[in-house]
Order: sequence, then structure tokens, then C-alpha cells
Amino acid sequence: MIKVDKLIKSFHDGEKELVVLKELNLRVKGGEFISITGRSGSGKSTLLYQLGLLDHPNSGQILIDDIDVLALNPTERTRFRLQELGYIFQDYALLPEMNAEENVMLPLLMQGLTKRKARDMAVKALEKIGLGPKLDNLPSQLSGGEQQRVSIARAIAHDPKIIFADEPTANLDADTSQVVLDYFLELHREGQTIVMVTHEPEYARLTDRILLLSDGVIDDKEGIDGHKH
Amino acid sequence: MRANIGYFLTSLRIGLFMAIRQIKRGSWWTTTLIIFVMSLTFLNLVVVTGILVGLIESASEVNRTFFAGDLIISTLEKKTSIENSPRILEIINNQPGIAAATPRYVGGGTLEANYQTLRKTDETSNSVSSVIVGIDPEKENAVTRLGTKTIEGEFLSKDDGDVVVLGAYKLSQYLPIESPGFQTLKNVGIGSRIRMTINGSTREYLVKGILKTKADEIDMRVFVNDKLLRNLMGRYDYSVNEIAIKLRPGVDPKMVKQALLAYDVDRYAKVQTWEEAEPKFVKDMKATFALLGNIIGSIGLAVATITIFIVIFVNAITRRKYIGILKGIGIDSTAIQFSYVLQSLFYASIGIILGLAILYGGLKPYFDANPINFPFSDGRLNAPLFGTLIRGLVLLVATLIAGFIPAKLVVRQNTLDAILGR
Repeated sequence: MIKVDKLIKSFHDGEKELVVLKELNLRVKGGEFISITGRSGSGKSTLLYQLGLLDHPNSGQILIDDIDVLALNPTERTRFRLQELGYIFQDYALLPEMNAEENVMLPLLMQGLTKRKARDMAVKALEKIGLGPKLDNLPSQLSGGEQQRVSIARAIAHDPKIIFADEPTANLDADTSQVVLDYFLELHREGQTIVMVTHEPEYARLTDRILLLSDGVIDDKEGIDGHKH
Repeated sequence: MRANIGYFLTSLRIGLFMAIRQIKRGSWWTTTLIIFVMSLTFLNLVVVTGILVGLIESASEVNRTFFAGDLIISTLEKKTSIENSPRILEIINNQPGIAAATPRYVGGGTLEANYQTLRKTDETSNSVSSVIVGIDPEKENAVTRLGTKTIEGEFLSKDDGDVVVLGAYKLSQYLPIESPGFQTLKNVGIGSRIRMTINGSTREYLVKGILKTKADEIDMRVFVNDKLLRNLMGRYDYSVNEIAIKLRPGVDPKMVKQALLAYDVDRYAKVQTWEEAEPKFVKDMKATFALLGNIIGSIGLAVATITIFIVIFVNAITRRKYIGILKGIGIDSTAIQFSYVLQSLFYASIGIILGLAILYGGLKPYFDANPINFPFSDGRLNAPLFGTLIRGLVLLVATLIAGFIPAKLVVRQNTLDAILGR
């Protein structure tokens, strides 16, 4: 499903060039739940931004379902993100002036669905993660865990090919984090491909495969073909 | 092509969806403040120009109402009076669109106030030269309602003898200017006796009334009954110098002028509509004030555009992270831009509607009832609906552009930088 070859991403700090990803290779199969771990500043989130098409690498190739996504123009990339990817941010990234239902509806409406259909799908996604009674609540009226669940509902409502989750439990307490992880595992059981960045080993261990990002490359002891860890 | 239109419409729909929620759940204080600013800007655009134009329009209207009527027929150059006047009056009175006509005898003469005491050595002459007009008071009132503008004493009546009505600007108390160009009589009021000299004939008159219309053509004249003036001037052929004509409501002065020209009236007299007869300085002032109004209006428009630009820019900058998130979850840039443009549209529309309500519900009726007292007119607020709506439309377009540009600037930033606040 995801093929990454020789991915390079660097940043400039004044005249100094900081190479974060060094000819990184990666394979993710359809239906796989993988976690990317590493020390703080190792480039986990940077890798996720490249995979989720939120950023553009210096060089390399990313194929998603054999589509060379780096060759897409900005508009095509936005549409690709809208239709094929779901993104869960560390800080939930909900729109403050929209209630839970509207936050989930928005990308569905952008896909051209009717308001009724978008609402039905949003309600279904929110009910699935136990937020049925809080459809009308604004983000400010929800707890951190609830906001993250709304964020998950928004990411899954349109049935994306891949869900990218950037430290989804970083701002949550242990109990709430477990609820979120349980929900990821349920999605995984339903065949959803999930790529999750986390720095917490106990959550990484729940995934199919742990990819340790170190020194700009992935230390995947099982090999890039992705055998069960 | 069809797919692009579909995507455009979807973006518009999403833009509307987001704009409604941002307005509905945004700060009411901010929304109220922006709408208030838009209303004031609209009023600035319409009212300042409207008063400037209204000022001169009123001067023009005064000239039409109290001097020229809808049409004015006057003496040809190189002629001393309108030849064939009785025949011309007959033609005029037979025209179907004419409500009334007033013939006027006009001559130049001198008025003296202190002629009885002038022999005292230390006294200077209290006299002025003036245009003296002989009228039939009833006919004059039927056309110009001059009698209603008597500010002291009474207007002339048909049977009056040696009495005179003075234009206010012939008296120092109404035109306190010491200038050779503006000579006035001092210490003259109702009941004063003055001596009038025309063509070498002199006669004593009693001041019966004083007129003030704010039309110089009237206020610098002196009025007597036409029979008296005719005798004084020795004009026994009934040749008049001016005929002011009032038309029935809805009748076009140009049409009547054409009808009169068809009778060759222009062989004997100059036939002009009230607009054509307007003094050149009034026409020049109209053009100048309209220009001033447009300059002030343009400044107002620029202020409005900059205001809405700043408001939307600050709004977009403070929401930069959310704009990044929107792009991150796949919302098209066009939809985000639409949301800001639609918000601008909302602010401008409500501001303009509120401005229209204040204008036509408050300011216009107020200025109509309480005109500003300018020396040469009663300044009213000139705000014709069509012109006002055009200004509103211009403001709306300017606002839309002012809303679009900052949204475009913020939306085009890198998505990830916006999300991470870099």
C-alpha cells in the first residue's frame, strides 16, 4: 500500500543543513497497523508529514496504491488527502466554531456529499466511538479524550485507505489513551491501514510492527517487507 | 469543465457552511463593531457627498422655484425688450402643458433712501443702483409663490399704488458687506420712504415688504406693480422683458420649449428651460461639488476597503493554524477563501442595509424637515435611491476584494507551517 524509497528531508538552520530523513525506505501493507517510534527529534512526525502529504521531501519517492503522490500538484494532493487519507493530530485540531457533528461533516461535504448524507455519515462515525450524545457540543465543551475521538471520527468518516495518527495519546491520560488505542485496534481488526507515531513503547507494542526511527533511517529488524514483529 | 464547475460549487457551499458558523459562533462584539464601521463608512460615502450636492442642488432648485419657473423667456441680446410680447403670451397661454405664466418688466434704476436729509453737509448718499421689476402679483405668485418668501411686511397686491417690495440683499441689515460691488441701503425697513429713478423719471415709494428667497436673481431685485413701472419707464407697447412659466406636473420643459420654438417664439425672445437658464456659477459649483463629493467618497471607500482588509487579515492571521488544519484535512483553498469573502459580504450587506435604514428612516427626513441654513440655499441631503444603491454596490465590491486578498495571502501559506505555527 505504501512504498517509500530513498526519502530525504532536510531543514536549514541558518547556513547549517540538518538532514532529518536520510534515504529512508519503508513498506506498509494494506490493513497493517504500524507504529513509528524514536527519540524526541528523531524525525517521527516529519516522516508522518511526508507520508500524509502535508509536507514535501527534498527527494525520494512515495507510492500510495502505486500512485506517485509526490508528482501530484498541490490541488491534486489536497484532493488525495481528502479522499484517500485520514489524519489524526496530536492536539486534535478541531475547528472551534463547529460542533462535533459539523467538524466531522466538513470533509464529507467537501467530497461533494449532500448535507443529509454527510450528516448521516458523521453521526454514524461519532456514534461508533461513543460520542452520540455529544453531537452538538463545541470542542470547548468536550474533554481532551472526547476531542480526540471527534478527531478520529473525522479521520475515519469517509472510509480512508490509510489513517495517519501523530502521537494521538500524547495529551491524554492513561485511561483515555487506552480507549483511543482500543479504538485503533478495533479499526485495525476491520482491516484499516493505520500508521501511528508514538513515543510510548506500551502502545507501540500493540501494533503489528514497530519501526524505530534513528539517525534519519528506519531500524526495522524484521526487514522492510514488514513481517509480524 | 463540468467537474470544475461542480468543485467550484462545492467550494462555495463549504465556504458558506464555514462562514455561517464563524459568524454565528464568533464574537458578537466583533461582528457588531465591524457592521457598525461598515454602516458609518456607507453613510460617510453617501451623506457627505449628499450634503455637498444637496447644497448646490437646493440653490439650483431655489433659482427654479422663485425665479425661472420651468421655462423662462427673456429678451434677445441687442434688444431692450421682447417684441410682440402680447402675441407670445397668447401662444404660451394656449399651450396645454402650461399651468401659469408671469410676464415681468425689467429696468435698471436707482434707489435713494436719504434724499430728504442729504443736504446736511456731513451726510453721504444712501443710494443703490438696482434691477427694478414690474410684476402682476397674482400671476407672479401663481408661478413663483414669491409672496410666501416675504420675511418682513407684506407682498404686493394687484391694487397697490406707490409701494415697493425690496429683495433682502438690497438692505444692509441682510447683506452686511461694505463693498462697491454690493451696495446696500442703510436704515431702510418697512414703512420707509425711498425714491426710485428710472430713465430720468423719479417717484417716491413706500417700502411695503422685504423678500428673501436665497436666489440672488430675486433677492437683489426690487419689485413694484407692473402698471406703475410701465408708466415710470414709459413703456406703453406692453413689451415685457421676461416671462417665467410654470408647467403642469410631469410635463417636460424641453417638450414645451420645442412647442414654443415651433411658433417661432425664438425670433423675438430667448427661450430656455430652467436648467439652461441656470447661472454659470451654479453649473460650475455643481460640477465642483460633485467632484468634491466623489473625492471625499473615494477616500471613504478607500478607508472602508482598508478597514475590512485589516479586519479580515487579522481574523485570517489569528486563525492561521485552523486554516492549515482545514487544508490538512483536505478542504480546498477556494472554499476557505470563499468563507472569508462571504463573511465580508455579510458584514458589508448588513452594514449597508443598516446604513440605508438610518439614511432613509432618519437622516433624509430630518434634513428635509430641518434644512441646513446656508447663505445661498437651504441645504438638504441629496440621496436619490438609485445613486445610493450604486454607492452601496461599489462599497460591496470593494469589501469583497478587501476580504478576498488577505484570505488569499494566508491560505497560500505552507499547510504544515500554518498548522505548526512556524
